[in-house]
Amino acid sequence: MRALDRKLLRDLRRVWAQTVAIAVVLACGIMMLVGMTMTARTLDGTRAAYYERHRFADIFAGVSRAPDNVVAQIAQIEGVAQVEGRVSFYAVLDIDGMEEPATAKVVSLPALGAQLNVPLLRRGRLPDPDHADEVALNEPFAEEHNLVPGETFHGILNGQLRELTVTGWVLSPEFVYSIAPGGMMPDNRRFGLIWMGEAAAEAAMNMGGAVNDVTLRLSRDADPRAVLDAVDEVLDPYGGTGAYERERQTSHAFLDGEMTQLGVLASFLPPVFLVVAAFLVNMVLGRLIKMERTQIGLLKAVGYGTFDIAWHYLKLALLIGAIGIALGWAMGFWLGDMMIGLYGEFFRFPFMIRDPSYGVLALSAGLASATVITGGLRAVWGSVSLPPAAAMSPPAPPSFTRGTVDRVIDWIGFRQTTMMIFRSILRWPGRAAITLFGVVSSVAMLVASYFMFDAIDALADTMFASSNRQDVTLVLNASVSERAVMDAMTLPGVRMAEGGYAMGVRLVHEHRERLSALQGHFPDASLARLMDDTGTVVQLPAEGVVLPERLAANLGVVVGDTLRVEMLSPPRETLDLPVAMIIAQGMGAEAHMRADALFAAMRVAPQVNSINLLVRPEEMSALNAAIKDTPAVAGLTDWSDVRRQFDESLSENLVTTMTIQTIVGLITAIGVVYNAARIQLSERRHELATLRVLGFSRGEVGFVLVGEMMFLTLVAIPVGWLLGNFLASSMVTAMSNDLMQMPFLITKRTYAFAGLAVFIGSLAAVLLVRRRLDHVDLVMALKARE
Amino acid sequence: MKSKGKAGEPVFRVEGVTRVYRTGAVEVHALRGVDLALNEGEMVVLLGASGSGKSTLLNIMGGLDHPTAGRVFFRDQELTRVSESKLTAFRREHVGFVFQFYNLVPSLSARENVALVTEISNDPMTPEEALERVGLAHRIDHFPAELSGGEQQRVAIARAIAKRPDVLLCDEPTGALDSATGVQVLEALSQVNKDLGTATILITHNAGIQKIAHRVVILADGQIKSDSMNAEQVAPSEVTW
Repeated sequence: MRALDRKLLRDLRRVWAQTVAIAVVLACGIMMLVGMTMTARTLDGTRAAYYERHRFADIFAGVSRAPDNVVAQIAQIEGVAQVEGRVSFYAVLDIDGMEEPATAKVVSLPALGAQLNVPLLRRGRLPDPDHADEVALNEPFAEEHNLVPGETFHGILNGQLRELTVTGWVLSPEFVYSIAPGGMMPDNRRFGLIWMGEAAAEAAMNMGGAVNDVTLRLSRDADPRAVLDAVDEVLDPYGGTGAYERERQTSHAFLDGEMTQLGVLASFLPPVFLVVAAFLVNMVLGRLIKMERTQIGLLKAVGYGTFDIAWHYLKLALLIGAIGIALGWAMGFWLGDMMIGLYGEFFRFPFMIRDPSYGVLALSAGLASATVITGGLRAVWGSVSLPPAAAMSPPAPPSFTRGTVDRVIDWIGFRQTTMMIFRSILRWPGRAAITLFGVVSSVAMLVASYFMFDAIDALADTMFASSNRQDVTLVLNASVSERAVMDAMTLPGVRMAEGGYAMGVRLVHEHRERLSALQGHFPDASLARLMDDTGTVVQLPAEGVVLPERLAANLGVVVGDTLRVEMLSPPRETLDLPVAMIIAQGMGAEAHMRADALFAAMRVAPQVNSINLLVRPEEMSALNAAIKDTPAVAGLTDWSDVRRQFDESLSENLVTTMTIQTIVGLITAIGVVYNAARIQLSERRHELATLRVLGFSRGEVGFVLVGEMMFLTLVAIPVGWLLGNFLASSMVTAMSNDLMQMPFLITKRTYAFAGLAVFIGSLAAVLLVRRRLDHVDLVMALKARE
Repeated sequence: MKSKGKAGEPVFRVEGVTRVYRTGAVEVHALRGVDLALNEGEMVVLLGASGSGKSTLLNIMGGLDHPTAGRVFFRDQELTRVSESKLTAFRREHVGFVFQFYNLVPSLSARENVALVTEISNDPMTPEEALERVGLAHRIDHFPAELSGGEQQRVAIARAIAKRPDVLLCDEPTGALDSATGVQVLEALSQVNKDLGTATILITHNAGIQKIAHRVVILADGQIKSDSMNAEQVAPSEVTW
């Protein structure tokens, strides 16, 4: 091994603590990049394979009742590769051991087997087409209730109480994420999926020779827009509710949202770490080279060229980079494995196709190397290009001058040890800036991570405490007169009942259209209220439609424009209504209107298709029992359960991700402050030892070191808040889609936590270095010359 | 007003002090059983070749180092058995140091370097007065980088005397200076010794400087070879090297 390379390894060992600090910061960035990209690609690839293997449809359409032959008609449309018609409906279930009724979506299975949205059998067998009471259940629901093959349960199918026998458990790409009608979150206890033989389903719903649900796959070069229009044209005469693409299919849309979120995190966060690491390399290498000035002069004097010496120090940077890369890959694989496991369990993918993401490994290695070389080059070049004689003579002492800032500090009357802190910052603003930048980045990362909790808290507050104050919502099978609300008051335990109404609509403005729902709000309703993002109850205007901002933007409408509202259910009229108001509302992409104005426009009597109830808690059991015997009810939403599910389903994944981001955010602050403090100690050892000799105590001398770092930290925290605010708002924009716009809200608690965490982390780092001060040999330190 | 001991009474007593440095397998005996007493108001030159143990002895007396064996007393207080914090307090209250390479804080001006010490002292001089005593009143706001070597050393002396120390320990104060500048520094030290009655111990390897002192102690190989009084003190301006 060459002598210079031996020196390199010994130098690395000598600065091992700083090397580790830099490598860890670098590794954090690589870990986020590799781990999250691997997770996103694995989930994406797995989803794609799952969809492909089980022929997940591209287009979905509902219809009230259409004859079988519509399927053949649709098959003739250009661009349609495969089409399947089926019967689907909702049923209320009575499960043993469950007080409250459950709901299920029933989907028919063709006798010869499904050609699209093919269910994957996990246990048992599919129902025999000749046995009307045999059904297969989706695995999560069946597992939750231990409904193994052979077990029976009861359900109300189209008003008829039936005993159904479980034959098997299945999974389906169509229902990776399944939400009950009127629900907010998946609830495997209260909502299930049932596959039933086609003949049995048709018989249950009196749909012999008819379908109410059509799905199809597109051919390779199909124009989706044209196919959608053509399908609507076929189905409209039979009460079509509007065909839509896979992007708007509930399960797929939620999956997509999760993956978009992952992708955003994978692209936003790693660059911050890499930039901080570059600065750290610059700082540490710069210091090392400064200390070895004489040696550099000697090397030149004996014949080493500038390039040889520069390369020698760059190799040190690359070695630090290599350590960071190795660590980052290991941590990235660990993170990826963990997140893939979490998501896989959450989504219940039947298999997982792991994407090793060699490409991102190579990218991360390339980025890390570029980072350390960029950081190192600047440090290296200035020093190694000095002539030998200049390099071997002591450097000129740093010059200080008095300026305006000094006069101000003088006037304040700080002690000299405090003066030393300010002079050091002013004399070396570059070094102070690097420390500032590192701490700012750390605070920003914590703010950008933690604001998610604030956003979710705000969402939950709006959904559960403000907008939906009812205990229970009954979803009815069909629209009925308002009298049903008074009938609901007679149910056990009901203290208050209010009606609700919503219908599927197609909203059209000029060339733009959106499938949505139009909610009618009864004037005196106090349980389910329309709220905007500021938490204010929206006072609906007497006439006209109220739209959330995003929907209005998608339709290209402003207040005063006329919106065409095509009803997708009886009376299936088309109304031209003025846009009366546009509100800021992150969740929900629905239109709203006063119910009386809506019914007047529809020329129908007031009606309801849902009923909101306040219920005495001690009588919930009695209510649940009564609902099970009420055929008019298609489903029941218990809002306290929805809240619990909301909290539970979000907590595990989110807390894990946020914990990791908090830790890596803190590592950045600690890494930067530790390195800066080490360099300070190294450069000012002489000065600080002098203070000790003069009679300053350890604490007083430590103040000079700790004071500078903590002053910079305190200055950096509010700047970090601003950057975090910017990062968070960018993430909100990146993660929002047509279905959901995350609210942008950062509470004081989040800012306080981010600031406090970084303050404590920085203090811990600098106190670690301060301990070294206690072990400085005063005599040796005083003799040492730069 | 800080109380000083009576002139002629011992300010330092060193009894059987030994100092051994161990670096790996090698042992260096820097001091071998040194006995010495230094009196109030005395100016003492510690003379000896490089490696004779003079700096080691000075460091031990100044509370910067611990002897391997033996005892050191500052007046009635034994320094060898006290804690680190008590040694710090000792240096803070009683000792002024002057080093070969000045050891000024580069980010503080001359006045501020002196203020560094006056801020933690009881009953110090003002920085202006201390700098006036060493003839640097006109350079009070200059930074070390703007001062010559001699001026920097005089600032260091001002810093050392500003607290009105009981002893002034000077380790090769002229070592980094030419003879003309060195004479200026010696004059400042002599003046302080006369005016303030501060016991001054001055280390040098330069034999010519011994003439300015009351007493000369010569060390060699970690032991005192001779300890003699000068019949008369010579003014620093008459010393050459």
